[in-house]
Amino acid sequence: MTAPAPIAMLAELTYRCPLACPYCSNPVQMAAIDSELDTETWSRVFREAADMGVLQLHLSGGEPASRRDLTELVTAAREAGLYTNLITSGIGLTEKRLMQLDEAGLDHVQLSLQGSSPEMADDIGGYRGGFARKMQVAEWIGKIGFPLTLNAVLHRRNLHQLPRAIEMAEEMGARRIEVATVQFHGWALKNRDALMPTREQAQEATQIVIAARTRLKGRLVIDYVPADYHESYPKRCMGGWGTTGLNVTPNGLVLPCHAAQTIPQLTFDRVQDKPLADIWHNGAAFNTYRGTDWMQDPCIDCDRKTIDFGGCRCQAMAVVGDPSATDPVCIKSPHHKDLQTQADVFSGRDDAPLIYRDAPAKTSEPAE
Amino acid sequence: MQAADIPTLPRGVRLHHDKVRDTWVLLAPERAITLDAVGHAILNEVDGTRSFGEITGALAERYSAPVDEIRKDSSGFLDALRSRRFLDVSQ
Repeated sequence: MTAPAPIAMLAELTYRCPLACPYCSNPVQMAAIDSELDTETWSRVFREAADMGVLQLHLSGGEPASRRDLTELVTAAREAGLYTNLITSGIGLTEKRLMQLDEAGLDHVQLSLQGSSPEMADDIGGYRGGFARKMQVAEWIGKIGFPLTLNAVLHRRNLHQLPRAIEMAEEMGARRIEVATVQFHGWALKNRDALMPTREQAQEATQIVIAARTRLKGRLVIDYVPADYHESYPKRCMGGWGTTGLNVTPNGLVLPCHAAQTIPQLTFDRVQDKPLADIWHNGAAFNTYRGTDWMQDPCIDCDRKTIDFGGCRCQAMAVVGDPSATDPVCIKSPHHKDLQTQADVFSGRDDAPLIYRDAPAKTSEPAE
Repeated sequence: MQAADIPTLPRGVRLHHDKVRDTWVLLAPERAITLDAVGHAILNEVDGTRSFGEITGALAERYSAPVDEIRKDSSGFLDALRSRRFLDVSQ
């Protein structure tokens, strides 16, 4: 199958992170990962990405600032012609380092928000003092003038803080806020009891976003990821599998989405072994769910099949146990009712403890 | 967009020639917008010093098109960018 060139690449530079957020999108099994791509390999991958049509590069992790060579990587990305976005918690960035990133040509910063009070943020991130540090970093970002997006990750414990998060984005001079309700993959799946929003919270969040969009039109753009367990139709995951974006892990695996390793049927290629374009166009993992040929009932005859492509493959795997099934969020899925009942049960478990993500066991940066 | 408004691309928003797709795009935070010939022609004139009136006047002359029509088309296009924070306006 011929695929269009991808627009965006997510480069997970490292799984190392000072925070331990219980909804981390990194794999649940990180212990076996003991090496990261070196500066030179990442630089080559950036050039290959630009040559095949990638325009947007997202530098992520883990915490990308945990890489000592972050500035060199930004330089390499800009030299390759990529629009370069840093996705960070802010921890590990100093004013000096931000100035170096500015000089290297970093285009944009996306700063994550674990909560809008120090107590909440430090509890969710599992890192004392993290919130205060983040506020300091936000000030430096504003001083240097980087365009800023605030990424507020919301769930049952902090959804009541959404109005304050929007105010904070305004105060920081952010042009955009991403209001992202936790999606239940990776570590979040382990924490559904602790994090699942109630149906009422999900509805209230939608109302708050609608009102804020009107009030802040032209000042602050609000992108919204709703609590999908409470929705009637699934998300158009990755804009369609293998059509728009790809993800490279710290040790060089190329994935169609960051959670794709949860689908045991898939095999993945590594950037060390094959050119990126070859992996994108011919890799088994990319071709498995491209287009609509893989679909089953009820997707196969659905008039929405090219709107949402059956939803999220990883969610079908996680909830139904079949990655080719209709995303159970969809009202046409035979599992939809069960999912909604489950969501209500999870969201009532107020005594559920947070299960924090582990650190990768012994990951080290490549020797310089 | 009024004639006296001075549009400018803010930091982090820039024109880029996409060699692979052979088209111009506007790169912005976490977005890439494909530009048609008209969109590219307009944004090419946006320099942060000239007003919307001057820009559309110049375009009307260059393409021998009625200035009202150019104003109407460019105004809609630039307002849409502005509402997404991809364009700043000063006076």
